[in-house]
Amino acid sequence: MRPFQYDRARTLTDAVQITQGEDAMAIAGGTNLLDLMKLQVETPGKLADINRVGLGEIADTEDGGLRIGALATNTATAVHPRVRADYPVLSRAILAGATQQLRNKATTGGNLCQRTRCYYFMNIDQPCNKREPGSGCGALDGIAKLHAVLGASGECIATYPGDMAVALSALDASVEITGSDVTERTVPVRDFHCLPSDTPWRDNVLEPGEIITAVTLPAPVGGTQLYRKVRERSSYAFALVSVAAIVEMKDGVFTRADLSFGGLAHKPWHDPRIAQALVGNAPSAQLFDRAADILLEEAQGHGENDFKIPLARRTLHAVLEQASEDAA
Amino acid sequence: MAETISINGTAHPIPDDPRITLLDFLRHDLRLTGTKKGCDHGQCGACTVIVNGMRINSCLTLAAMHEGDEVTTIEGLGTPDAPSPMQRAFLENDGYQCGYCTPGQICSATAMLGEITNGWPSDASETLDGPIEATGDEIRERMSGNLCRCGAYANIVAAIRGVAAEEGA
Repeated sequence: MRPFQYDRARTLTDAVQITQGEDAMAIAGGTNLLDLMKLQVETPGKLADINRVGLGEIADTEDGGLRIGALATNTATAVHPRVRADYPVLSRAILAGATQQLRNKATTGGNLCQRTRCYYFMNIDQPCNKREPGSGCGALDGIAKLHAVLGASGECIATYPGDMAVALSALDASVEITGSDVTERTVPVRDFHCLPSDTPWRDNVLEPGEIITAVTLPAPVGGTQLYRKVRERSSYAFALVSVAAIVEMKDGVFTRADLSFGGLAHKPWHDPRIAQALVGNAPSAQLFDRAADILLEEAQGHGENDFKIPLARRTLHAVLEQASEDAA
Repeated sequence: MAETISINGTAHPIPDDPRITLLDFLRHDLRLTGTKKGCDHGQCGACTVIVNGMRINSCLTLAAMHEGDEVTTIEGLGTPDAPSPMQRAFLENDGYQCGYCTPGQICSATAMLGEITNGWPSDASETLDGPIEATGDEIRERMSGNLCRCGAYANIVAAIRGVAAEEGA
């Protein structure tokens, strides 16, 4: 690890103050950041340890939703009685990711900010426009098994690796953010992560010096909630394709179909046209195919990850089949 | 007063260099070499210790981040003369070959049984709210953060199941 200045923030104001400046970063669970610092992919000059600033609470909101503090661990969130009862897709998504040791440290805010596991990003001897703008993209003509088939650019085909955010996207959660000018802002989680476009170094909409304070879930909607993750081994592997689904049915037709997808893009993928196609219709293989056609309309493989396109179609089919049976 | 970190019940000053991971602090500074460094990237679990009751990878956390925390390592669980139930079960079930991953396996498994007692579900649990039994599938999922390159998994699972049965987990 490169040398850095370490400061322990005692309050949120402290934390915001310490993280001002070009090369300052906040550290919470540290499971992703310290890994990247050892690889010298991240080389912050200053680290603000924000673990003691009191953002770990999980509490009911006035409108019947739930506010999950940025420092609530993945474990605390996944096992929280209200998350298990009202937002099971979130518990399931978290439990499908990483290991218990990592989930015990990983935080809500940190998990949203975790970086891609693209091999070229993780290796400082390789070109990567995300890590070193202008150096090129090794994955474009290289090893691209984990990489994006939706929303990629000629600059970057990396994927967002997380599971939790895919469930948060299906749940239409919001991210609360605070910064140096003490203005707080709230961003829908569906708009929090960016597509790579021609600014692949930008993973999300956080500005330098801004800190996530909480994630807020809207009041629960009921229905059936599923998280289906397809991966190369049955535990401790990143998603090749994952689907978070919240599905309701009435009188044999879909009345709700909020779906988000992991493993396909630089962000959890949510296309509102899929719900529009499903709602009001009875489940059938033809209908599921239409949903998959919409999802994959502009899908583009890069050789090694071509399999993700048919895999996404089949996973969507399986999830809709199961969800419509459960919800009927 | 100096900032301290409690290791197996003894307070130690936090090291000056913030780059020192909890793992290196244990092994280099305190010579508590029971905790092992495998991959140093959170993938193998050999460095697993218990901090404030929760199992974590000590390689992916800085010692400086643990002011006031209580850390339990393999040395704090038991001794050769008075092993903990999990340590004894690994011996009795031959739950290792080379032994390098064993301290991490034992710390991980010890905390894991507490998670089952708490009723915390895993990816292998059929429901999120049901009582959890320490079945082979549950143990394998919950221990997936601890690799054993000798492949002693069958005996590791047997050791953990034995302790779970004794403790009613």
